[in-house]
Amino acid sequence: MFFKPNASSPAPIYLQLMEQVRHAVEVGALKPGDQLPGIRHLAETLVINPNTVAKAYRELEHEGIIDVLHGSGAFVRSTNPGRRVQAAVPLVTGLVEKLKSRGLSDQEIRRLFESALMRQVEPARIR
Amino acid sequence: MTELLIETHSLTKTYGGVEAVRSLNLEVPEGSICGFLGKNGSGKSTTIKMLLGMTWPSAGNGMVLGQSIRDARASVEVRRRIGFVSEDKRLYHYMTVEQMIRFTSSFFPKWRVDLEQQLLRQFQLPVKRKTGHLSKGMRTKLALLLALCREAELLILDEPTEGLDPVATEEILQLLTKMAAGGTSIFFSSHQIAEVEQIADRVAIINDGSLIVQESLDHLKERYRRIQLLFDRDVPQKWLKIPGIEASHADGRAMSVLASSNIDEIVRIAASLEPVSIEVTGVNLKEIFLECVRES
Repeated sequence: MFFKPNASSPAPIYLQLMEQVRHAVEVGALKPGDQLPGIRHLAETLVINPNTVAKAYRELEHEGIIDVLHGSGAFVRSTNPGRRVQAAVPLVTGLVEKLKSRGLSDQEIRRLFESALMRQVEPARIR
Repeated sequence: MTELLIETHSLTKTYGGVEAVRSLNLEVPEGSICGFLGKNGSGKSTTIKMLLGMTWPSAGNGMVLGQSIRDARASVEVRRRIGFVSEDKRLYHYMTVEQMIRFTSSFFPKWRVDLEQQLLRQFQLPVKRKTGHLSKGMRTKLALLLALCREAELLILDEPTEGLDPVATEEILQLLTKMAAGGTSIFFSSHQIAEVEQIADRVAIINDGSLIVQESLDHLKERYRRIQLLFDRDVPQKWLKIPGIEASHADGRAMSVLASSNIDEIVRIAASLEPVSIEVTGVNLKEIFLECVRES
């Protein structure tokens, strides 16, 4: 279910794990009620620190994406923000099509999105 | 507050007038995997030898599992509760692998025979061979087996992957994460930044005997940013002295800044210089390490 995180990336591993879960929920690979692997098991499989997995699960719970039930594991919450993201897909697709019809390349569009985001969000922290 | 399993206060070691370790205040909390990084000769092994009671401190003190490292009797007792691999992977060269294992296990009532058997198979150690005739990688593996099977509360490992190929290294890292998941705390030194980045949740960086970084790896990565600026004219000189900037390099119309804090302010000031592009990116441990040991 999980991909091995890139330890040498500037992004902390717990953030990479969170991103994987968010993405899986958004695209429907993880459905409401699905159980996530146990902390120990996942740490051993991915060969990462168990505290890192625990931190990712804690933060995901804080974001309302999963529920951590002590003793029985972590589950995808039934009402999660995945739908909100799903709903925005046509908007983004439409905009990308429009930009392409003006002759912009994928690279240029990606850079435009990134720099627009950079200007809006305070850049210091990822959270 | 988590308990500290290793704690040193102004720990210092002088060899012939040279300070190999200077006034070290190291902290390793219970439940963590702490990676200990530094260049060759930076004081890593000397620190570890002092923690293990193999070298006497010149000044300062340290506690391991609540016992002073200056108390010779307590130090012997502590060594029974920790698993360690020292720099020289010390083994009795005249014993065979099998004899070495039996000899060591006799000191530890909680010796895990199941893990011993599993590791012997996994590491493919030649049980009948004298330890003096083992390759460097084999010696490291045997030293690790001896450290891991005693069911220790704390592992202190000096370069536990030294001389191992990438496959064996990954096996060792997997073992260490498994031990950590079972509640063992780990303090290990390494030259391999990538392996520290993979399994450690805390990092300590020592340079010329002084501790220059000691914090959670996540915090470290969240704190540091590289800010890259492009100008349509030569880089303005005036804003270089802002707190938080660790290093900056200007080259014609491009400028790259590494900052450890105060990022918002630095970006704000940078933007006021009207560059044509600002890019803020994260930094990995290797870059942080290289910058730290270069600057100090």
